[in-house]
Amino acid sequence: MEQHNSLSEVSFHHEPAQDSVKRIIRTTVILSVITIIELALGFWIYEIHKGANPSAGLVLGIKGVIIILSLAKAFYIVSIFMHLGDEIRNLIMTIVVPLLLFVWFIIAFLADGNSWKNLRNEYKPKDAVKQEQTPHGGGH
Amino acid sequence: MEQAVPAGHKWWGGGKSPFNVEYGKLMMWYFLMSDAFTFGAFLISYGTIRFSSNSWPDPNEVFNSFPGLEGMNLPLAFVSLMTFILIVSSVTMVLAVHEGHHNNRKGVQKWLAWTIVGGIAFLACQAWEWTHLHHQGAWWGRNPFPNADGTVAHTGFANYFFTITGFHGFHVLSGVVINIIAYIMTLQGVFERRGHYLMIEKVGLYWHFVDLVWVFVFLCFYLI
Repeated sequence: MEQHNSLSEVSFHHEPAQDSVKRIIRTTVILSVITIIELALGFWIYEIHKGANPSAGLVLGIKGVIIILSLAKAFYIVSIFMHLGDEIRNLIMTIVVPLLLFVWFIIAFLADGNSWKNLRNEYKPKDAVKQEQTPHGGGH
Repeated sequence: MEQAVPAGHKWWGGGKSPFNVEYGKLMMWYFLMSDAFTFGAFLISYGTIRFSSNSWPDPNEVFNSFPGLEGMNLPLAFVSLMTFILIVSSVTMVLAVHEGHHNNRKGVQKWLAWTIVGGIAFLACQAWEWTHLHHQGAWWGRNPFPNADGTVAHTGFANYFFTITGFHGFHVLSGVVINIIAYIMTLQGVFERRGHYLMIEKVGLYWHFVDLVWVFVFLCFYLI
C-alpha cells in the first residue's frame, strides 16, 4: 500500500479494509436485488394496465416506489463504487450540495408541464369567429 | 489591478490538497457533476413534455422484443439484460481499481479487460435495439407507437428516446475508448513506473458515472 508516495498533496490514505472485495460483492448483490425488485414492479404495472380497471392511484404509488429504489441504487453506486463515501466531508459536500438544485429543477419543470396540459385541455376560445379565421386553428 | 505574481510560482506545488485528493481526481468529480446536470436537463425536459401530454406510449408495449425471439411479447426483457451487463461491468471496474490500490498490474489488466468486454456488449445491445426500432419505423421525427389510450402520439417519444439513449451511448463509447487507452497504458507498465494507479481510479469514476446515468435512463424510459 505504498502507492501514494509520489503524491505529497494527499495527506491521509484510505484504509485497505475499506476497499475489501467483500464490500464490493455485498454492494453488487444489493444493486442486483434492487434491480430485480424494480423489474417485478414494472411487470406489475404491465399487468395492471392489461386488466379491466387500471387503478391510476396504485400505478402512481408503484412508480413512486420504483423511483425511490432507483435513488437507492444511485446512492450505492456513488458512495461505494465511486468511493465518494470514503472521501472527506468537504469533498462530499462540494459534490452533493450543488446537486440539490435538482430538487427545484424537477418540481418546477414537471409542474410547468402539467399546468400547460391543464391549460390546453380547459382552453375554450371565446371568439369562435376569430378562431375560424386562422388557417390552422390557432392553438392546438 | 492584477495581482503581481512572481514568475514560475507553483500554486499547487507546496501544500496539501484541502480535499485530500489529487487535482485530477477532484476535477473528474466536478466534470461528472456538470455532466449530471446535462443528463438531468435532458431527462427533465423529457418529463416536462410527458407531463404536458394527455397520454404517452406505454414502454411495455414498445420495448417488448428480444434478439432471436422476434414475434414474442417480452416486455422489459432485453433492457433488463442491458442493465445487468452495465452493473456487472461497473463491478469489474471497481475490482480493477481495487487491484490498482494494491499495485497489482496483472489484476488491473484482467478486470479492466472484462470491463471493456462489458462495455462493448452493452453497445452491441444498444445497436440492436436502435436497429430494431428503426425497422419498426421509429427515428427522430417519426414515431409509429400509439399512446396508451389509443390516440396518435406526437414524435416527442421517439425524439427523446433516441437523443437521450444516444447521448448515453456516446458516453459508453467514449468510456470504452478511455478504458482501452488505460488498458494499453497498464500493459506498457506506465502506471507501474509511476508508482500508483490513480489514473485507473479516474477512468473508473467516469465508467461508474455512465452506469449511474443508465439507472435513470432505465427508470425514465422503460420503468415508469
